[in-house]
Amino acid sequence: MRKRPDKTLGESLRDHGLSRRGFLKLCATTASLMALPPSLAPAIAAALEQARRPSVIWLSFQECTGCTESLTRSHAPTLEDLIFDFISLDYHHTLQAASGEAAEAARFQAMEENKGQYLVIVDGSIPGPDANPGFSTVAGHSNYDILMETVEHAAAVIAVGTCAAFGGLPQARPNPTGAMSVMDLVRDKPVINVPGCPPIPMVITGVVAHYLVFGRLPELDAYHRPLAFYGQSIHDRCYRRPFYDKGLFAERFDDEGARQGWCLYRLGCKGPTTYNACATMKWNDGTSWPIEAGHPCLGCSEPKFWDAGGFYEPVSVPLTLGPTTLLGAGAAGGVIGGGLAAMARKQVKQDAATRQPVTVDELEQKL
Amino acid sequence: MSVFDPARAHPAPGATCARSAREHGHALPILHEIRHALERLLASGEETRIDLQSMPFGPGDLERLTAVLGQGEVQARVEALGPTLIQETAIPGVWLVDYRSLEDQRLSYQIEIATLPEILRPRPEDLAESLAALDARLSESGLDAAAPNASPSSS
Repeated sequence: MRKRPDKTLGESLRDHGLSRRGFLKLCATTASLMALPPSLAPAIAAALEQARRPSVIWLSFQECTGCTESLTRSHAPTLEDLIFDFISLDYHHTLQAASGEAAEAARFQAMEENKGQYLVIVDGSIPGPDANPGFSTVAGHSNYDILMETVEHAAAVIAVGTCAAFGGLPQARPNPTGAMSVMDLVRDKPVINVPGCPPIPMVITGVVAHYLVFGRLPELDAYHRPLAFYGQSIHDRCYRRPFYDKGLFAERFDDEGARQGWCLYRLGCKGPTTYNACATMKWNDGTSWPIEAGHPCLGCSEPKFWDAGGFYEPVSVPLTLGPTTLLGAGAAGGVIGGGLAAMARKQVKQDAATRQPVTVDELEQKL
Repeated sequence: MSVFDPARAHPAPGATCARSAREHGHALPILHEIRHALERLLASGEETRIDLQSMPFGPGDLERLTAVLGQGEVQARVEALGPTLIQETAIPGVWLVDYRSLEDQRLSYQIEIATLPEILRPRPEDLAESLAALDARLSESGLDAAAPNASPSSS
């Protein structure tokens, strides 16, 4: 069914035999999913009762399918719940049954019948308008042409994964394909960035759930990331933070500090300059996350993380910016607008150009 | 699949590293929050819910927290959109509510400070329909018509 469903979500769920207790449970878990306080469950219930499933077109460009793999691991809601109950997923290369011309026809039909109301989700970076379009094509069309054609009548664009959000691995020096991010190219539509390599599956579904519940985009930071998930640094939410405060660090992966579970800062942890929800939402159904497994954070949800120095070297900060500025960049409240987007892009470039390794002592003095 | 134990594949958060006896200090602030919430419940009846999955717990923190809270007399299970397991703690008015999916994966784990967890109460809309539901079942059963002194339904 391509056309936007006539029934509200509440009506649809009742038709499926969902009890009122079941609906209350759905709202309680949705609040948790969106990183909202449980006390908001009644407001979510009222909003979900009236919500209508949005049509979603998912475009995959220069990517590894890791973001889709991540999405399929979402457990609350599951991918099946997401597709059948929360959204109408009308186009997705990997997941859809149709192929070839039938698949492209499905995209055009969804665009036509939901003009101005559909969501576009993008994973992967895009060879820019000046790059050789042959680096990445779908059905004989360049990624750039497909993106611009599809977003023209979209309500909003969600860039999933660091490649779509910031260029990611394809854009790493020397960027042979001229890769660009979605926000580099889409200037006249709201763009939400959900970075991560891959992003936490619950964050992807959480952003969609937020749009569904509130009918608008979540509050974003200067890099267009939802503050609910990217508002605090990994470092500030890390359970190993007390060891950092006490000056207890692992110096090698096999030393006593590592065995004691001390802070991984000196092993290259990028937690202090990385904003993401790994420390609380964790991975694999909330089982664990990299730092709990004993590995430093790579900073995969930050711009240019591939080019930001060695993964196992102590964190680097741009010396031209004060650490407060850097640490505040992700937390600063943002609104959707070309001006901020331009500032963010400029800052990304400046950050990359001016990154210099610093010692732990130097950084601690600045902090 | 037969050798694959789902319970081992989807352990409760924090349980994987329960061997760790190190204190990360994250259980204590939650216990203080519960204390404040209990004071509000006693003073004004205000209920509080705490989402434990939004807490930056380290290995063993969740186990440490639930161990301090202990286990009370009441256990309940609600079957709606998968099971929801409710456990009263040793502190009256403090409940652990474990929302699980149809596949028994944890969706959310919350502490409720209330006289009764919200999900155990009948929904007001359901309560309003309760008399009609009972009458319908009574009618379907045929018991009222078969009774020796059957009288017409008052409704």
